[in-house]
Amino acid sequence: MWRVGKVVALHDETSTARTITIEIPDWPGHAAGQHVDVRLTASDGYSAVRSYSIASAPNSERRIELTVERLPKGEVSTYLTQEVAISDRLDFRGPIGGWFVWRTQQIEPIQLIAGGSGIVPLMSMIRSRASAGSTAPFRLLYSVREPGAVFYRDELRALSDKDRSLIVNYVYTRVAPIDSPRQPGRIDAALIANTTWPSNLAPTCYVCGPTPFVESVAGFLSASGNSPNKIRTERFGPTGDRK
Amino acid sequence: MSSNSYDYVDGSAAAGELSKIFAVDVTAAEGQCAHCGAIKRFADARLYTQSPGIVARCTVCEHVLLRLVNTPQRVLLDVRGMTYLSFDRA
Repeated sequence: MWRVGKVVALHDETSTARTITIEIPDWPGHAAGQHVDVRLTASDGYSAVRSYSIASAPNSERRIELTVERLPKGEVSTYLTQEVAISDRLDFRGPIGGWFVWRTQQIEPIQLIAGGSGIVPLMSMIRSRASAGSTAPFRLLYSVREPGAVFYRDELRALSDKDRSLIVNYVYTRVAPIDSPRQPGRIDAALIANTTWPSNLAPTCYVCGPTPFVESVAGFLSASGNSPNKIRTERFGPTGDRK
Repeated sequence: MSSNSYDYVDGSAAAGELSKIFAVDVTAAEGQCAHCGAIKRFADARLYTQSPGIVARCTVCEHVLLRLVNTPQRVLLDVRGMTYLSFDRA
């Protein structure tokens, strides 16, 4: 079932990513980590459907935020990051997905690991935790190409500054800031050991990013003693517009 | 279809299409692979969306679990790759 939503706000996160706030009058509400399908239909009837994670926390305002990264050949992501305007109407299906979600009743330690725009559903979880006043211990390991590619940096800093049970670590894969303790490089076993909850705390792990990133990180988590049934993954392929 | 390339996404990406058919979220269910017997969340299956329609494969043995094809008049669903699906009670 498709619902019509209206674009009510636009905000650039980086030079290639934009947050779109959409008001959907009959939105039934969502859980942190879920996604929506967005359908664009051209005047000739051609339509394209893509899946995007919801960035905002569950709320009662019938509004959702999506943060969309522009992909080089992404017809939908290019439209959503460059052409969409306030008051435009788009079709939405969802919320979708009942597995890659965090619910406020979960009190166990949570390990979030994001690759690039894979931060989006994890940010919904962090925001949901904050708005619900949850004290579940959260850690985020956020892998990005370079400092300019970080989404939500100020908000993450503000949330972690006032709450010691939310810990945020960044890993830079191509260009690191001068004060970074580590040379640019991908996540490896040593970094997992140093910047994630130890496996004896039995954290629930949520890993979201491009497919090769997720495969590699899930392998490190498993090798460091995390049970595979405590590792939830969300992958998006290079050809899709996902996220 | 190469098993070494990363041309797949998660089973959860099929949730929108499957919601047209089923009243509950199939991607949150556990399913047993009819070929190797592995029991996994459908959300964790490998989903290939480049084909005409979508194909979900077992993460363990890569055999086909589910195929879904939309034609102008019909929706075709083949789930013989799973012996059963097990759902959480709401």
